[in-house]
Amino acid sequence: MLTLILLLIPLIASIIALFLRGELVKWFSLVATIVQLAFTVYVFTVFKTPDTTEVTKNLLSLNIDWINSPKINFNIGLDGMSLLMVILTNLLMPLIVLAGFNRNQERTHIMYSLMLLMHFALIGVFVSFDGFLYYIFWELALIPIYFISLNWGGVNRATVTLKFFIYTLAGSLLMLFGFIFLYWNTSSHSLSWVDLTMNHICSCKQGFIFWMFFLAYAIKIPIIPFHTWQPDTYSSAPTQGTMLLSGIMLKMGLYSLLRWLLPIVPMGTAEYTPYVIAMCFIGVVYASVIAIMQTDLKKLFAYSSIAHVGLIAAGIFALNVQGIQGGLVQMLAHGINVVGVFYCADIIINRTGSSDINTLGGIRVLSPRFATYFIIIVLGSVALPLTNSFIGEFMLLLGLFEYNSWAALFAGLTVILGAVYMLRMYQKVMLGDINENVTVFEDLKWNEELVLATIAILIFAFGIFPKPILELVAPISEQIYRLSFVR
Amino acid sequence: MNTLIYTACLGLFGLLAEIFNLRKYLIPILVLGLAVIFSLNLQTWNNPQTHFNGMLSDSNFSTAFSGLALFIMLIILILSGDFYTSTDDEKHISDYMAILMFTLCGALMMFSFSNMAMLFLGIETLSISLYVMAGSRRFELKSNEAGFKYFLMGSFASAFLLFGIALVFGVTGTFSIDGIGNYMRMHADKLDPLFIVGMLLMIFAMLFKVSAAPFHFWAPDVYEGAPSLITALMSTLVKIAAFAAFYRLLSSCFVFALGKAEIILTISCAATLLVGNLVALVQDNFKRLLAYSGISHAGYMMLAIISIQGSTDSALFLYSVGYAVASLAAFAIAITVFKATGTESISGFNGLAKKNPLLAASLTMAMLSLAGIPPFAGFFGKYFIFSEAFRNGWQNMVFVAIISSIIGVFYYMKVIVAMYSKPANEFEIKPTFAYQMVIAVCLIISIVLGLYPCVFTKLL
Repeated sequence: MLTLILLLIPLIASIIALFLRGELVKWFSLVATIVQLAFTVYVFTVFKTPDTTEVTKNLLSLNIDWINSPKINFNIGLDGMSLLMVILTNLLMPLIVLAGFNRNQERTHIMYSLMLLMHFALIGVFVSFDGFLYYIFWELALIPIYFISLNWGGVNRATVTLKFFIYTLAGSLLMLFGFIFLYWNTSSHSLSWVDLTMNHICSCKQGFIFWMFFLAYAIKIPIIPFHTWQPDTYSSAPTQGTMLLSGIMLKMGLYSLLRWLLPIVPMGTAEYTPYVIAMCFIGVVYASVIAIMQTDLKKLFAYSSIAHVGLIAAGIFALNVQGIQGGLVQMLAHGINVVGVFYCADIIINRTGSSDINTLGGIRVLSPRFATYFIIIVLGSVALPLTNSFIGEFMLLLGLFEYNSWAALFAGLTVILGAVYMLRMYQKVMLGDINENVTVFEDLKWNEELVLATIAILIFAFGIFPKPILELVAPISEQIYRLSFVR
Repeated sequence: MNTLIYTACLGLFGLLAEIFNLRKYLIPILVLGLAVIFSLNLQTWNNPQTHFNGMLSDSNFSTAFSGLALFIMLIILILSGDFYTSTDDEKHISDYMAILMFTLCGALMMFSFSNMAMLFLGIETLSISLYVMAGSRRFELKSNEAGFKYFLMGSFASAFLLFGIALVFGVTGTFSIDGIGNYMRMHADKLDPLFIVGMLLMIFAMLFKVSAAPFHFWAPDVYEGAPSLITALMSTLVKIAAFAAFYRLLSSCFVFALGKAEIILTISCAATLLVGNLVALVQDNFKRLLAYSGISHAGYMMLAIISIQGSTDSALFLYSVGYAVASLAAFAIAITVFKATGTESISGFNGLAKKNPLLAASLTMAMLSLAGIPPFAGFFGKYFIFSEAFRNGWQNMVFVAIISSIIGVFYYMKVIVAMYSKPANEFEIKPTFAYQMVIAVCLIISIVLGLYPCVFTKLL
């Protein structure tokens, strides 16, 4: 029941937002997302209560018949992994809404309505425990972001967003084929997650199913060589769209690996793991090198995002508890950091009108407060100890080391390369002499300061005191590991 | 049966309206009449009966499809009020309406035939009415071409059908589908070659009528040349009627003999899917685009035909409903835009989102439904048909269909991109009240069915 309310708040808010106008829409969306966040905190406390009696279980999950033939249930619930993603989504949404204040946007009501609709679909993806329902939400999440990017995007948006749409939809349709395949090949003829993890299909077919699902997720995450839509889309989408895409939407892919791939086709996964990890590492190194050579701020962050998620995917495919747990923790950390860096990029581009890092410089002198927030976020993304990414990345490295020490070496390389391009970028953009293009740099507005301060606090809070998150994901990592273990 | 008789009466009334000078009230009366017939039709539900010495038989299958056909015709009639506005049209309105009613009669016969004669009669009634309607814009060259082309090609197909019926009659000695079905069951292991040839000829004729590749070449030209409203009728009612008749014919007469035709049906299905989707990619004319999209949808419906052994009639019906409502909404919007801009090219839709955001959003929904994206009925219909085909062992065909769906998304998005990101043209575009209602009703049905399809999944 509680999960249903989590799902309904954004949907209702999205419908109401259509009928409001102007600044009011932004305030309304902010209030709605904060209510949602507050409610999430309440659900978290319910979830944490030690007694897992029937009452609590019924509070969190809901399973009603939806379609009789083929058998599809409206089956939603929360476990540690879902709750983590719901927390991430609901934590970021108020920040993303807040980022739009003090900006002139056309047809605000439609934009915010689409954002809230996307919020609804994202929550739906994370709480669905029936494959078909999950698929519907997965597709539904694509439509609002497509229109946000198409209507409010930058140059060349029509071509770029079309590529993005077709690419991801192609992956989804392959996944649909996978689901139909699973439905008729399991004895239970049901797509409920629990049933799918219990009744595995014969190992000869698992490899095929693995690729059907993996392609969909590899496009969404994205893992090289399926990434070509991503840098263009990130740089042409409006800032809030980029924040949604990079902060939350790509987590859909990573989350789905853990939920719908590893436990359902463990033998197929085990068979292809080495190839996938190799792909991830090639991608990580490739993306890092491009990021080092990159001069466009937004594209640089886009490639850095490919590198970071590549590492997470590799850690997940190491198939051990540390890797899975590290992946989960890092998803939360990366979501927060990537939203932070893209927002900083937007503030710079918005004020100077330039996204070329060679034409920037010396912003620190003009706006020391912005420089402070930016360096915190940069250090957070290069995984300095005491910041949030450190814990996740450490556990990922540990998991990869356990899988293969060479793999850990490669993974370590990515951390070093990450520091290289992030710090080089910071040096060129913020430090040094004031570039002639940057003569005035307006100080931070209240909403910008609020967003950046919140992100900075979150970076330190999870870095210094990660215990609640680790406790949240520990049992579910164990469970996923047990379900996907084959020997 | 009553449905058929009353519809024919409405057609006669349409002809007489000319004499009694009722032209002005004709459309409202016909709409009312069809609404009454629609409710009468529901009475035959779960009440199977045969009529006229076994010429026609009501079943849930025929009731469901008749209901859909009546609904489509109702929508077409409502749209026709604001479509036929020129003086030449007004002179002929009663003829047009009467012919539309007879088209519907043909469709109704095709849903409930239980004798080959009735099948042929139904198809001919439907087709001849359409030849006339396709050419009804007398002073337009393209309309003439459409009518003539459709007539010539359609006559060939009818001849094939007739020859097939004759051969099957020669072997079995009966026109009744039960008799032919019995013959097929008794001789399933050793069928007469003439029977097989007859079946194949009938299958070719039906493939022509549903515009499946490689018998699809007439469709784009005819769809483009015919008046837009008639194109809407052809791509919804006629296609669905042809598929229902095809399904009924195969499932009652030839289901055990299909092993011989399997390879033909499979190749045709794959070719239809790929040709329809690939050729649609390069179309600039919106009606042609919808024609090729219609061909590709015929391909998806062919999946239900090739997996006919698993009784896929519910899947076919659900798909037909989803396809019909989305197409009707798309055509209603397209007719409005054609009228305002005077062009049928996709560029007419440029910048529609800025001028009339609601209309653009509606067309977006219709396009997404046709492309098979949730939460619209088109998605669930597609899923259901894929799932049924998969269950009956057609994994490879489902895979082909998935690939062609991916291709299909391109051209549906082309329209959406034109509406949202191209600069606007100067025309004022506003649909009339009737069109607004039709668009709203169709899209609401599409969304409701997409969210709650169980109404139809276990229907038949």
